[in-house]
Amino acid sequence: MGGLPADLWHAVWLTIELASITTVILLVIGTPIAWWLARSKAWWTEAIAAVIALPLVLPPTVLGFYLLVTLGPNGPGGLIAGLWGGRTLAFTFEGLVFGSVLYAMPFVVQPIRNAFAAIGDRPLEVAATLRASPRRAFWTVAVPLAGPGFLAGAVLGFAHTVGEFGLVLMIGGNIPGRTKVLSVAIFDYVEASRWREATFLAGGMVIFAFAVVLTMTLIEKRSAGLRR
Amino acid sequence: MKADRSGRIQAAFHGSLGGFSLDASFSAPATGVTAIFGPSGCGKTTVARCLAGLQYLSGSFCAIDGDIWQDRSTFRKAHQRPVGYVFQEASLFSHLSVKRNLLYGAPRSIGSSADRVDFDEVIDLLGLARLLQRSPHHLSGGERQRAAIGRALLSQPRLLLMDEPLSALDRLTKNEILPFLERLHARLKLPVIYISHDMSEIERLADHLILMQHGRVIGAGPLAVLQSDPALPLARARDAAISLDATVEAYDASYGLLTLQVEGGRLLVPAPPVTVGTRQRLRITASDVSLARTAAQASSILNVLPARIVSSSVLGHGEVIAVLALGSDGHGANLLARITRRSWDLLGLAEQMPVFAQVKGVSLVSGAASPQPGSHPISPDDAPRTAVSADAGTALAETSG
Repeated sequence: MGGLPADLWHAVWLTIELASITTVILLVIGTPIAWWLARSKAWWTEAIAAVIALPLVLPPTVLGFYLLVTLGPNGPGGLIAGLWGGRTLAFTFEGLVFGSVLYAMPFVVQPIRNAFAAIGDRPLEVAATLRASPRRAFWTVAVPLAGPGFLAGAVLGFAHTVGEFGLVLMIGGNIPGRTKVLSVAIFDYVEASRWREATFLAGGMVIFAFAVVLTMTLIEKRSAGLRR
Repeated sequence: MKADRSGRIQAAFHGSLGGFSLDASFSAPATGVTAIFGPSGCGKTTVARCLAGLQYLSGSFCAIDGDIWQDRSTFRKAHQRPVGYVFQEASLFSHLSVKRNLLYGAPRSIGSSADRVDFDEVIDLLGLARLLQRSPHHLSGGERQRAAIGRALLSQPRLLLMDEPLSALDRLTKNEILPFLERLHARLKLPVIYISHDMSEIERLADHLILMQHGRVIGAGPLAVLQSDPALPLARARDAAISLDATVEAYDASYGLLTLQVEGGRLLVPAPPVTVGTRQRLRITASDVSLARTAAQASSILNVLPARIVSSSVLGHGEVIAVLALGSDGHGANLLARITRRSWDLLGLAEQMPVFAQVKGVSLVSGAASPQPGSHPISPDDAPRTAVSADAGTALAETSG
């Protein structure tokens, strides 16, 4: 694919970087949240779950707007950043990561939560009667049994971060090499009538989306086979 | 309540769970198999879960062999109790091979204690040698349950809880597993709490019995004592029977008859040859025992034993259930005899009277238990198949006529 401009490859690389970092962070913080949601019997569990699921229905620009207000120089985020002379997260790569984590959270937490819930109490009770502490039971029984859920969550979280546009535009701005990711780049190319680059990126996204959907279906099939 | 008695399993569980109230107190020896028997929904499983620490009922008490697991100030969590728990469904970890399932709860440090359960012994006892590398998905129901039992044993428990381990299995698979459980019982010193609603399993395996009904314990004691207590439902049931432990005294090859010694008498039973000196569990149903004032002169009934009537009670209004004690002095094992009230009156029978018990049928309910550890005649590799046929042979051996 020679002849494509360097800024296109920058956008592709930046997108992969953003999606990877977001996915890793989400697996780390989403797992305990998913575990708690799956196991908690408190009445307000579903209220917390609904808050986490909000990005599923909110227009991304709304979430982006609030993030911009919060993280901008005049918001609480800016005040806190000012305390140690740091700059605000708005229009930075870190700000993008922060926004993406919030935005993609339900896509990661939900499959993991469902996988944890599907295990039921029995394997954990078995582990307990075999002298496994709750921590050991979690790592050696719950996590491996919920494996397909983790895989599904990671794929979905990654894919949704790659495809996000509204939120990125709101808090990331459009700084080449820093916050200019794929979806924004396509928009720019179309604006500038650079159809060749736009076609290339859009086509790539279609192939990527196809791969994601296919992977998800295969994961689902495999885990259904495992459950029997 | 104090756990001042070692060698006992002491429990008192009180509380209500979703509208069901449990008030179960009992004390059982911390040796042998103690069965908990009762209809579905009587609270048996809750008792087992409380013993394992999977269920918390406040104000309850539980101590095993003098070691307090729960009282007012203590509640040891499930993973802090040395129990093995065999669930109704095998619940093997589906992401681990059979071998890794077996070793999941095995302590990493090798203790030197003499009564620890050895890996090879468990494999041998339960016929697991060929299954080790397999995934639980590729096992039959019976194989899964055997692996689950092995896994529980290898966690080196001081108490093994078995919650209806056979009730999810079909008749054939049950008969495949029962001999394994009998061998377990014969070879290991581990106390077992065995929960079941199937009396035939209990008659084969149990030494002690706890009877439950509506969340309460209505009787507890040695199996044969509860079976012969006319105040309890067992003796009054249609299929009332007594389980007896007998020793093989002789084998008459020309007639194919075993001589079995029980407390206070001897029984002759046609059966395939069994090594002299082995122990056999017998089952004699109340309806197979009739009574006579004098020893019959000419009769085809092989087993006519002197006995004494200990007690009697009327069933319905046509029948009498009599509790007998074998031996002319009446100090031997108990038997039940169900006869018509008419016969009772015609013969002028009364309590404390010496009689002759005519036993028409004796079932050998077990055959796999061997007295010395290690001297099992079945090689581990084909243990399941051989055990099935041996079991079918002995379980069906009954005298009649």
